[in-house]
Amino acid sequence: MNYAVLIPMIMFLILIFFIGYWSSRKLASSSNFISDYFLGGRELGGFVLAMTMVATYGSASSFLGGPGTAYTMGFGWVLLAMTQVVTGYFVLMILGKKFAIMARRYKAVTMIDFLKARYDSKAVVLLSALSIIIFLFSAMAAQWIGGARLIESLTGLSYNSALFLFAVSVLVYVTIGGFRAVALTDAVQGAVMLVGTLILLIAVIFAGGGIPNIVQDLINENPNLVTPYGAEGNLSAAYVSSFWILVGVGVVGLPQIAVRAMSYKNSRSMHRALIIGTLVTGIIMLNMHLIGVFARPILPGIDVGDKVIPLIALETLPAWLAGIVLAAPMAAIMSTVDSLLLIVSSSIVRDVYLNYIKPEAELKTIKRISFGVTAMLGIGVFLLALDPPDLLIFLNLFAFGGLEAAFIWPVVLGLYWKWGNKYGAIASMITGIGTYVALHFYNQEYGNLLGVHTVTFPVLLSLVAFIAFSLLIGRKAYDYAA
Amino acid sequence: MNETDWRFKIAHREALIGVGLALFNFVWWFGFAYGMGSAPVEEYTYVFGLPAWFFYSCVVGFLVIAVLVIIIVKFFFVEVPFEEEEEEKR
Repeated sequence: MNYAVLIPMIMFLILIFFIGYWSSRKLASSSNFISDYFLGGRELGGFVLAMTMVATYGSASSFLGGPGTAYTMGFGWVLLAMTQVVTGYFVLMILGKKFAIMARRYKAVTMIDFLKARYDSKAVVLLSALSIIIFLFSAMAAQWIGGARLIESLTGLSYNSALFLFAVSVLVYVTIGGFRAVALTDAVQGAVMLVGTLILLIAVIFAGGGIPNIVQDLINENPNLVTPYGAEGNLSAAYVSSFWILVGVGVVGLPQIAVRAMSYKNSRSMHRALIIGTLVTGIIMLNMHLIGVFARPILPGIDVGDKVIPLIALETLPAWLAGIVLAAPMAAIMSTVDSLLLIVSSSIVRDVYLNYIKPEAELKTIKRISFGVTAMLGIGVFLLALDPPDLLIFLNLFAFGGLEAAFIWPVVLGLYWKWGNKYGAIASMITGIGTYVALHFYNQEYGNLLGVHTVTFPVLLSLVAFIAFSLLIGRKAYDYAA
Repeated sequence: MNETDWRFKIAHREALIGVGLALFNFVWWFGFAYGMGSAPVEEYTYVFGLPAWFFYSCVVGFLVIAVLVIIIVKFFFVEVPFEEEEEEKR
């Protein structure tokens, strides 16, 4: 066991617990439990908002899987990763003020609340709740695996004990603290990620003898590593560009991101979040993935991609500093998991239970069920993660792509296109998810259709379905002022 | 009832700005990456040790976008209240 690494990490975890506890005391005195537990009472300021979006989005895939792939693929994968900078401003600009205004008018607390009020349809609500529960559940599993692997490679504990440790730490504070705890700790974790990646990048550049030296080493090994086309020359421009949809503009449709776009206090905090979010996302993505590429000449021959970041940190930094820096991916994973847990449990408790099973439930019952469902979900994911599938990043992206295909148009067009109606929304979700799953298996079997990522066509088809069905069935203009 | 909420006009304009910015971002990113990066590796030039295509596409591209976001938010985005006027507060 590497105590010099572990102690800073454990101190970090304790700090996170403390924040969770502190905000749970604030929760106890609150008058509106639902809105506070799931949304933090709509009072996030600019900095916290930006950080919570970055931290939620910057998950295990960007901190372990992404740099790991950059390690094998070279600069082409960094180019791909930089498509994520767009999320920093795009989500807040597109959902932006109109989403904030409408969400308040509808008294919406989750993305599904918004869809429910906009389309006034039971089918839309149940369909969305179902897809959130299924897809985010698998996204969570991917994150837990990442977290457990990280602890595993640091401590030398067995995978199962590492997973258990991780699960307990996450569950304890999500269950007590709710959204405010998650958002606040996200802010701390975002800051840790930012500083951590900077330190590590500098250390790696030093260890490699400067950037020109590292790039020369890469060229000597395989010139393809410094091209945009990947080590084997198989990253096509079309494929990389299609990530603009998956990890760029499509992120608008992710419920865990959209919910944050209804949680800010006022337009000033939204404006600040736009700027901070763009800067922080860009810096973190660029740093993390460059670290992955630069690590290659320094530590050749790592075969499990997820281990590149932990190993290179242990190699290039003094142990205590490595502990602090590795708290960054830990932070990223934890904050993603926390918000996914909350989203899934809010879909179950709020969107299904309170809407259709027992609308007149008392506050005490709601509280008990919220805590209970969150805890149960955590245990479920734990069991799933015990026997993990191999490729973390693709499991994770599978979930993201499916949700994007399902939600992007019902949310965006629901907000801006008055002809959008429930038939369009239902058709769009079914088309999006159906074609996504079908195409996923097709692409696995025969290679990517037209060389682009799986998410591309389902997003286009669900747009067509939304427009066609909205205009064909029950055509009626929606009155946003009512 | 006022037909169109005055805040929506602002919101719609800002959403369009977002779309425009993303398009610009894409063109810049794509243009430099594949415009310069498709040359044979022996002909690559380097800036600060990084391949030039990467430097202009990802490093400079990011900085340009960051500056644009700051300018747009500071000078073109309008602050509006989110709560309904006069109506009940939660």
